Amino acid sequence: MSFAREASRAVRSTLVLWVLTAIIYPFGMIGIGQLVFPFQANGSIITNTQGQPVGSALIGQPFTSDRYFNSRPSTTSYSTADPKKDEAKVLRTGVSGASNLAPSNPALIDRIKGKADPNPEKEIEGVIPRLQKAGVKPTADLVYTSGSSLDPHITPEGARAQIARVAKARGLQPNQLENLVNQNTDERSLGIFGEPGVNVLKLNLALDAFKPA
Amino acid sequence: MLQGWIQIAMTLLILVAITPFLGRYMARVFQEQRTIFDPILNPVERLLYSLVGVRTREDMTGWQYARAILYSNVVMGLLIFSIITLQQFLPLNPTGIPAPTWDTALHTTISFITNTNQQHYSGETYLSYASQMWGLGYHMFTSAATGIAVGIAFIRGLTGRPLGNFYVDLIRAITRVLLPISIAGAIVLIAAGVPETLAGPVVVPTLEDPAISQAIARGPVAHFEIIKELGENGGGFFAINSAHPFENPNGWVNLIQLVAILSIPTSLIYTYGIYANNLKQAWLVYSIPLAILVVFIIITAIGEYNGNPAVNALLGVDQAPNLEGKEVRFGWAQSALYAVITTASMCGAVNSLHDSFMPNGGFSTLSNMFLQIVFGGQGTGTAYLFAYLILAVFVTGLMVGRTPEFFGRKIEKREVVLASFLILLVHPIAILIPGAIALAFPDQLSGISNPGFHGLSQVIYEYASAAANNGSGFEGLGDSQPSPIAIAGGAATTTTALWWNLSTCFSLLAGRYVPIVALLLLADSMSRKQPVPATTGTLRTDTGLFTGVTIGVILILGALEFFPVLALGPIAEAFQIARGIG
Repeated sequence: MSFAREASRAVRSTLVLWVLTAIIYPFGMIGIGQLVFPFQANGSIITNTQGQPVGSALIGQPFTSDRYFNSRPSTTSYSTADPKKDEAKVLRTGVSGASNLAPSNPALIDRIKGKADPNPEKEIEGVIPRLQKAGVKPTADLVYTSGSSLDPHITPEGARAQIARVAKARGLQPNQLENLVNQNTDERSLGIFGEPGVNVLKLNLALDAFKPA
Repeated sequence: MLQGWIQIAMTLLILVAITPFLGRYMARVFQEQRTIFDPILNPVERLLYSLVGVRTREDMTGWQYARAILYSNVVMGLLIFSIITLQQFLPLNPTGIPAPTWDTALHTTISFITNTNQQHYSGETYLSYASQMWGLGYHMFTSAATGIAVGIAFIRGLTGRPLGNFYVDLIRAITRVLLPISIAGAIVLIAAGVPETLAGPVVVPTLEDPAISQAIARGPVAHFEIIKELGENGGGFFAINSAHPFENPNGWVNLIQLVAILSIPTSLIYTYGIYANNLKQAWLVYSIPLAILVVFIIITAIGEYNGNPAVNALLGVDQAPNLEGKEVRFGWAQSALYAVITTASMCGAVNSLHDSFMPNGGFSTLSNMFLQIVFGGQGTGTAYLFAYLILAVFVTGLMVGRTPEFFGRKIEKREVVLASFLILLVHPIAILIPGAIALAFPDQLSGISNPGFHGLSQVIYEYASAAANNGSGFEGLGDSQPSPIAIAGGAATTTTALWWNLSTCFSLLAGRYVPIVALLLLADSMSRKQPVPATTGTLRTDTGLFTGVTIGVILILGALEFFPVLALGPIAEAFQIARGIG
């Protein structure tokens, strides 16, 4: 077989398969997604009563105050930035990332335990001392950073450990919060696969909307 | 803990249960027998064949088949490289991303034509939707279909048939295997929450502090996601791959991904059984990678379940799972399972960060990529497995003093040379030599981010992932240039990233094309041999004893050459952690 014929087949197969798998297939799927599942296909965006987007049902947000259930530590602060000082241009694209710290890396222990240093800039507060100061018993999920830095969940144990603090800050009864936590827990898929998790954004939205009877 | 093991066992059971169905279906597809898609696909394929200019009954020799792969892959590579470097002039770029550096574009191109998909890029900040859909997404089909074609041609040769026609196999692998499953899978993924949109990111004020905003990256993810897993590609739409809640929102999607990753390489062994008309042998061969897979899953899962003793001491408990780099919805069990399956199968997608795994995980994932046959790459994994079988036949033949035969075909010098040198020796060369160079210049080249023994693992992992065409990484490694947006803002490129982009290209190409050519030549020479009738003196290859010997050959040939690296990397790190960090 001549070189020209082989080269021609290579070029023609490349283009024909490109039209099939890179044009027809993705645009067909986008069409189906937009027509049949518009909510999921556009990122499961939650809106408030005025119709403004407030977040995604699948993406976590940073929560560190006593009035809210806190989310997991995140290496990108949940893809957030101050719009006035966004030098890294996080808000232009959105980001995701992880610490990639090895279990044997002393920096992991310093981050969790904290590290005193004569230079205040080099001092690390430590996740566990911060949780203990807030009166929360540390759990693994509240101490380790997540894979995506956008984890929407904390474990049910991690949520229950925070009930007393949130109840005190908001003047609510702990058993009322217990109900809210249960209502916003995503169970294992089919009851078997994955682990149960409390959706922190949804829980805190419910908390803001909650009116004690 | 029991709940976690049940999840793992159920997933493996589902995988084994679908093997006969998909294996039988693929055999029908490539033997050109009737299937349910014929009324739609026969006319479509006739059109495709005429556009490409092939006739179905035109068999190729091993060299012709290999040349067709090389020519088509070069053209496909040029196309994707052009799309990536011209992305700022193309549509579907809602965030206005300029072109990445030339070395990032080159590495990404080569990594995608070789079915590897290493991420020295981050989807959100390096690539437009056009680059993802028209460049990367396209290669996810063609590189996977190329692998399947090699696997099928190898099976044909091994069972004494002509090798077939590459273009016919390439097209049929896409139209009858990859595309129908992807369409069904993409729709299920969208319903389960995976986005599929051309709209750009959403920016919202955060609930706790409205002065701070959150950017939620989106895109046409679902169609990309399913072929990423099914084709064992593994390159994420987002930086953080299947750990991202939009790529993998719940346990149900995670299950679909795991099954999609392993379904084709497992089923191809069954397809071999149908071609060889010996399903007993197929199941015996199947049991080899399955057994190794189960052992690695157990090793990894125990490590993640028990967690990091130094952190457990701070938490004041004896046991807490190691959740660093893991998502709550997956926990220790699904994360460990995913890590082992993705490195076993050369997919390379990750739902948790392997760099942060306990040393048990590093040991298992590295070993998977050293062996390459724990079901292995799309098509090529099955072929490697049979290359080991041929070597086992040779070794046992020497032990009992008989001419080695595999299914009535004599194994001679040419076959042993191809199997041992080209297929098995290329792998350590492509990993250990560049690895040694990088480690010799720790400051200039290596980009290690974790100190001590783990740093060695980071370097070796990257080359093992490249040479095995896996694509996962110990991602702390400094192997990425700054994003095009950061470079436009004044960030400087680094020589470390340049080294990684270029040196892994060597491992990617050597790990892909040298073995593929050798496998096709091996299949060609097997197909031309006169069958020798079996006698009572013939060494049977479909017995439990022979299967056991094969496992021994695999462990001796495949694992021992890498054992020093494992000893200095994850094993040493495990001792370090047991002694106490610091």
